[in-house]
Amino acid sequence: MGKMTQEEKQKKAEEYEQYVKEVTPTHSLPMNMAKAFLVGGLICVLGQIILHVAGNYGLDTKEAGSWCSLLLIFGSVLLTGCNIYPKIGKFAGAGALVPITGFANSVAASAIEYKKEGQVFGIGCKIFTIAGPVVLYGIFSSWLLGVVYYILKIMGVFV
Amino acid sequence: MTTQTKGRQSIAFAQPVSILSGASMVGQKEGEGPLGDLFDCICQDPMFGTESWEQAESTMQKETAQLALGKAGLTKEQIRMIFAGDLLAQSIASSYGLVDLEIPVYGLYGACSTMGEALSLAAMAVAGGYGEYILALTSSHFGSAEKEFRFPLGYGNQRPLSATWTVTGSGACVLGRKGGKACITGLTTGKIIDYGLKDSMNMGACMAPAACDTILRHLQDFCRQPEDYDRIITGDLGKIGQRILFDLLEEKGCDIRQQHMDCGLEIFDAEEQDTHAGGSGCGCAATVFASYVLPKVETGEWKRVLFIPTGALLSKVSFNEGQTVPGIAQAVVVEQERKA
Repeated sequence: MGKMTQEEKQKKAEEYEQYVKEVTPTHSLPMNMAKAFLVGGLICVLGQIILHVAGNYGLDTKEAGSWCSLLLIFGSVLLTGCNIYPKIGKFAGAGALVPITGFANSVAASAIEYKKEGQVFGIGCKIFTIAGPVVLYGIFSSWLLGVVYYILKIMGVFV
Repeated sequence: MTTQTKGRQSIAFAQPVSILSGASMVGQKEGEGPLGDLFDCICQDPMFGTESWEQAESTMQKETAQLALGKAGLTKEQIRMIFAGDLLAQSIASSYGLVDLEIPVYGLYGACSTMGEALSLAAMAVAGGYGEYILALTSSHFGSAEKEFRFPLGYGNQRPLSATWTVTGSGACVLGRKGGKACITGLTTGKIIDYGLKDSMNMGACMAPAACDTILRHLQDFCRQPEDYDRIITGDLGKIGQRILFDLLEEKGCDIRQQHMDCGLEIFDAEEQDTHAGGSGCGCAATVFASYVLPKVETGEWKRVLFIPTGALLSKVSFNEGQTVPGIAQAVVVEQERKA
């Protein structure tokens, strides 16, 4: 039982990781993609229907868009509360995660889970446990693009 | 004083330590599993009548402790000390669960191997003459464990096929100098084994090397063969971990396929109950031991078994900081009590 050098250790770890990868079954990727396409597509169709119906009621595109987001978020939060959204998420994976409903689910799920830890330290601090990165880097990247846009405008690229 | 050490990491008790009783309490899903009829108590309410997952786990642990005392015919005043642990940070399930019992306590953390740790220490304490009756118990709860280690329950995501399902359950054993039908005759203390794996969703693969190490060390220390055991029972390696354990042992020229059993594979029907690789958690090994393994040893159906709860030693912080997931496995030899 000699002492292993750091390099040997690293090599052994890589070999073991490779071996574990070989013996570990994974979800079928094409199947997962098909499910994600189906459910993600259905959620978007639902959004489109809301847009059209709102348009028929005489709302302009912006107002109809707001109603669309609002209703989809409401639906997702409701389904999270009724413990149905996790099942959709399990089935559809990214198809249920990427649309606005997935974002709403991650926020609502955290709110429900951490409610017992109080309004401030529970819900307040932890509501964005999962959605936080999306909010932070979403805002940051929009700011960055804004700066780029501003510079290009000064340079006369945009009129 | 005679030494009771054996080999490098083991103990062979000069006087076997008796297991007076075993008690188990589980949640609804476990109750619907293949071992459903064997548990002492199945609670249909995942909150166990409390306000939070953590309190639910504490309540379950307290009830199980009392069940074990009742089955052993002892009052709480007769218990010299408790060795207990759970999966939650700072072991709060045990702390709040045991406070009302007013029995001296040692709190433990060994991840899912805690029942092995608790039984080992309790057996040593009894053998050392430090207590007439000592209680060993652990618990885990699906809700509190998911919250501690993963995501809020309402979050919709896909679990990988290598993931295990944390058992909602608590198992307890009362150990004493004599009076039981089964006894602990020896143990092997496990080392922390790290093969450098970082995938916390494949805990079977993280723990299998530790199980392999402890089993080999045990057999060597006691100069025994796998055939000397009716069963070699790991805690919660699951389907993938079991396969890896067989491969790792085979490399060392050891085959336990005939004797091996994994508590995580026994407690759920993976297909029917959608638990993926199997059950896990402190409660997994503890409840299966108390409800299934112990009675079989007591009746003599199995004369001698090796019980090896396995633990993956990680926290949310260690995982986020990119640390590996080392494993540990504690082995306990359980035999039918010989008539004096």
